[in-house]
Formats: sequence, structure tokens, C-alpha cells
Amino acid sequence: MRKIRLIGRLDIKGPNLIKGIHLEGLRVIGSPSEYSLRYYNEGIDELIYMDCVASLYGRNSLGEMVKNVAQNVFVPLTVGGGIRSVEDATHLLRCGADKVAINTAAVANPNLITEVAKKFGSQCMVLSIEAKQIAPGRWEAYTDNGREKTGLDVVEWVKKGVALGAGEILLTSVDQEGTQKGFDVDLIKAITSEISVPVIASGGMGKPEDLVSAVKVGEADAIAMAHILHYNKFSLQEIRKVAKRAGIDVREL
Amino acid sequence: MMIPEATIIDYGIGNLLSVSRALEHCGAKVTITDNPEIILSSTRVVLPGVGAFGNGMKELENRGLDKVIKQYASSGKNLIGICLGMQLLFDSSEEFGATRGLSLIPGKVIQIPDKTLNGESLKIPHIGWNGLFGPNENSTQWNEKILATVLPGESAYFVHSFMANPINEEDVKAVCFYGGNKVTALVGKGNIVGCQFHPEKSGEVGIKILKQFLLN
Repeated sequence: MRKIRLIGRLDIKGPNLIKGIHLEGLRVIGSPSEYSLRYYNEGIDELIYMDCVASLYGRNSLGEMVKNVAQNVFVPLTVGGGIRSVEDATHLLRCGADKVAINTAAVANPNLITEVAKKFGSQCMVLSIEAKQIAPGRWEAYTDNGREKTGLDVVEWVKKGVALGAGEILLTSVDQEGTQKGFDVDLIKAITSEISVPVIASGGMGKPEDLVSAVKVGEADAIAMAHILHYNKFSLQEIRKVAKRAGIDVREL
Repeated sequence: MMIPEATIIDYGIGNLLSVSRALEHCGAKVTITDNPEIILSSTRVVLPGVGAFGNGMKELENRGLDKVIKQYASSGKNLIGICLGMQLLFDSSEEFGATRGLSLIPGKVIQIPDKTLNGESLKIPHIGWNGLFGPNENSTQWNEKILATVLPGESAYFVHSFMANPINEEDVKAVCFYGGNKVTALVGKGNIVGCQFHPEKSGEVGIKILKQFLLN
């Protein structure tokens, strides 16, 4: 059927690629453009850039970084973090981004989802969700990199976001993020069974096998990977092989 | 060696930067313009585009570029349409009611089937990587030189809800399969080529196609 997309997720702080646990305790890893080029050459399907402290730093650096990456990386680029307006989105798209991911500003002003989708198409408007489990089968949406509660039920919020025009969901489990303990498959399933737009599962991939349950049970359309790639735990080739062996259709290289 | 040139038509929509960067990466000198004289004197023209068919056509007409593109195409020089730019090459689209296109390739733009061959529902838009294949099951060779260096089954990146349905079967040069349904991936008619996928976002496969375009 549809090919499952393998996506590299790069969390950015200032000029650096960083990585944390539960989106906190950020550690500098290296230069985003070097890592992007490496993943591109290894056959990544897409790349996601998240500016995790966008509220503290100027976002110009993210625009410049995307411009830089777009010079020699020819796969779809999604950029998020601190996008507050259609103008912010326009700027990043002009810099070479293909999609924008919005969380905090969409919670504050859900109409922003519609405005971005109307201007650039739904395929461009990725609703970014940071989910924390609060009870069995229940998750609350967080903003500001997992720091601020919203009081919103994740499933209800995603349904509303899709109705407003979101064309894709970047679903990050704050509980699993950075732990390398596998995805929150229940969370993924709770979302994919309610909506028809593609869902990117993010947070927790520690070994190639983790993606199998996220796709087969959770029905994720794409898998975002950070730690596993940044620290060279497994190569994309190994990850692809495991996916194929499990009967998951991925891009042939 | 001569540096190949390519002109990208700027009609106010689409991510021109990505196409431009990819062509530059392939060694081209790129001009982005809406100036009719520059377009008509070019040797290679790219019609990019994302978004809705009706809006794209309106933006071309507002700038008088519909006539310019038709005149350019009749000169026999190379033209490539990408994504919406490919769909605009056809007679009309059923997106938001019937809208007229450039009529450079006979046919209509229609909705992608939203059911698999087994009747299951399919996610629309068709987003992601999908393999390129010859239009007929027994075709072992591409009938289009822009694909010369691509291997059947290699994947390209698609984002679309509508697809071209050419009247003349021989204008379909490559297809992909979505839910078992055949989807037009690449069309060609003489000096005109159109690709539904984004070569500028299709990794090295896309780069191979753009390099071939620059050789033509």
C-alpha cells in the first residue's frame, strides 16, 4: 500500500542540533546541516526541524539554517517551533521549507491552522502535538516543548485541528521522547483510528523493531527518528531492512 | 563545457527556491522570471506550481503568461511542468468545477480514486514516496528520454489530490500505483514533459531526472 516514511527529526537550539530526554536536558550534538546531509546521503525520506527554544531566541537563525540545508538536501523539509503567524510560515517556506509544524500558536489561536491551510494548502500545515498520558487511554496536549499544560484532550484537539485544515499530525509522546524505550503505540492508535490525515509517530525509537508496532498496531504513516540516528545506533539501511522483513513497505533505494 | 540554462516561470505561487536549488545542484544557471521576452528566448523552461488548478491558471492569465507558455511550447524548445505545473498543461480540471488549462496535452485532470481496488477507503491527498513504472505491464523500457537514467521501481515524492488523465495513451510515460489504482506520474508529448511528483524533493532520483532535462 502506502510506503511508510522514515523521517529524521532534528531538534534545534540556536545554531546547534541538540537532543534531550522528555524534551528536556538538552545536549548539543553538532551542526544541523552536516547531520542533514548525512541523513540525505543515507536515504532519509524527509527531515523535520524543531526549534525547541524558539520563544527565547530569534527565529531568523532557523530560516537561515533551512536555506543552508535546502542547498544540497532534496527531500521534503518540515520546520516548526515558534511559528506564530501566517507571515512566520511564509518566511520559512520562502527559505525552502515544504511544510510548517505548529503547536503553541495553534492552541492559542486555532484559526491559524485554517489560515495557513488556506494560503498554502493542507499538505503544508502540520499540527504538532506534544502528548503526556494522564490516565489509561487519555492524554493531555502540552505546549512550549512539553512544559505548559493546555487542559486539552489530545484526541479531541487533533480531531478539531484536522477539521480546521491540518493536513498531517506530528505526534510526539513527551513520556517516551528521548527514552529509547519504544513508541507510545496506544497513543498513536488512539489518533489514527479517529482521523484520516497522515500521522507521524515521534518519540521513543531506540531500535529498528520499535517502528514495527508503531506501524502495524498504531497504524502510523511515518516514523520520526532522532536519538537512534544522531548517535549512530543503527543505520537507516538497517532500519529499512527490519521494516521490510516485517512486511512494511518502505522506499526502495 | 557549456553551462546549461533553465528558466523558471514565476507566477506568484509555489516554492520556486527548491526547484531552483535542485537545478543549480545539477549545474544549471537558473533564471526565475515572469518576463515574457526572457521566457520566450530561453532554451529550457520550467513551469512549477502547487495549490489549486483554478488559482494557478488565474495567476498565469493575470500575467498574460498562458499565451507566452503556449507560444514558447510551439517553438519546439523544452518545457517541463511540475506537479500543478504538469496539470496545467492539460485541457481542463474538475477541481472546484471545470476550469480550462493550457491545452498543450489533450486530456483532463481528474480526482485520484479514493478507494482501493478492493473498495477500501484511501487517504487523499496521495502524499509520500511511490515507485515509478512503465505505463504498460510489459513495458521494460522507458519511452521518454528524461527517464533514461531512472530504474523502474525507483521512488519519487508525490503530494497531490488530482491526477492527469491524458486522452492519448502514448502521452503517459510513467505511472505509479496508489491503492492498486494506476496514477499518471509522468507525461510527455514531443518537447513537453510533465511530472506529477516533485523531482526537486525526490532525492537522487529527482536529481537524475533534472540532469536529463538539462541535457535535452
